[in-house]
Amino acid sequence: MWSFIHKLGSPPWFYRFSGTFIRWLLPITVGMLVCGAIWGLLIAPPDFRQGNSYRIIYIHVPAAVVALAGYYVMAFAGAVSLIWRIKMADVAMRAAAPVGAVLTAVALVTGAIWGKPTWGAWWVWDARITSMLILFFLYLGVVALFEAYENKAAAAKACAVLSLVGTVNIPIIYKSVDWWYSLHQPASIKFTGESAIDASMLYPLLLMIVAFYFLFACAVLLNMRAELVWAHRQSSWLRQALGAA
Amino acid sequence: MYFETWAAAWAMEGHGAYVWWAYLVTMLALVAMVLAPLRRLRRHVQWISGDIKRRGATEPVRADGAAAGENA
Repeated sequence: MWSFIHKLGSPPWFYRFSGTFIRWLLPITVGMLVCGAIWGLLIAPPDFRQGNSYRIIYIHVPAAVVALAGYYVMAFAGAVSLIWRIKMADVAMRAAAPVGAVLTAVALVTGAIWGKPTWGAWWVWDARITSMLILFFLYLGVVALFEAYENKAAAAKACAVLSLVGTVNIPIIYKSVDWWYSLHQPASIKFTGESAIDASMLYPLLLMIVAFYFLFACAVLLNMRAELVWAHRQSSWLRQALGAA
Repeated sequence: MYFETWAAAWAMEGHGAYVWWAYLVTMLALVAMVLAPLRRLRRHVQWISGDIKRRGATEPVRADGAAAGENA
């Protein structure tokens, strides 16, 4: 286990590992997304109250779930880079930020489209939605903050601090539907007790959630590879690896 | 399939426009999310192979920090 973590910090090892990993994971992920979308759009039954508009759940919920989990990944990587000064953790933190921002945007946009036929409004300043909007700005903030600094070491440190401070928002998002009177419906899937969703709707949703997690992993690894290749453009290990490929 | 015809699947009893647009927007965003780093990666790789050609050799430029345990 420790040797695996140690290897993760080594750019040549990471470059080889991530290449093989993505080559397998990306086609599987695309297949899962296509299956999940067809299942959710055409095969699953409609909701007895919301009709067919609920089918947006199969993209909205996975995007939101992974956007939240992705923030923990980013903040954890930020903490590792602050505490142990591991360069790879800093690369991972910055690779996760734009991916998280896209997923949060997807959750917000699909939520707005779902809101129109369900609540009668594209947007409401609801606790859940507002805290998700803050999450979006936190992700963008990490991207923008890094660009704003000339000194990239200081930029990485500032981004790590920002991402750590922003974790306060995550439990607020989770609990917002319970703490405040909210238009947003509470979670239908529960780890403890029975889920408030039928199996015919639950399975495609779980498939899509796993697929979105995989896609997040692929996109973050690709961002890290792009960053690593540029940072090591003069290194002989990379030139040999590219020459052999 | 839940719907009897493709037209019914397209209309979704009046909710079709919302659902299909949501899926289209999501698909475009996800494709862009994966393509952006792929294109950046390809650009970097092209620069490196161009650099190898310019220097006229594939000899390593920096032989020192190339050890496998390098953490940079």
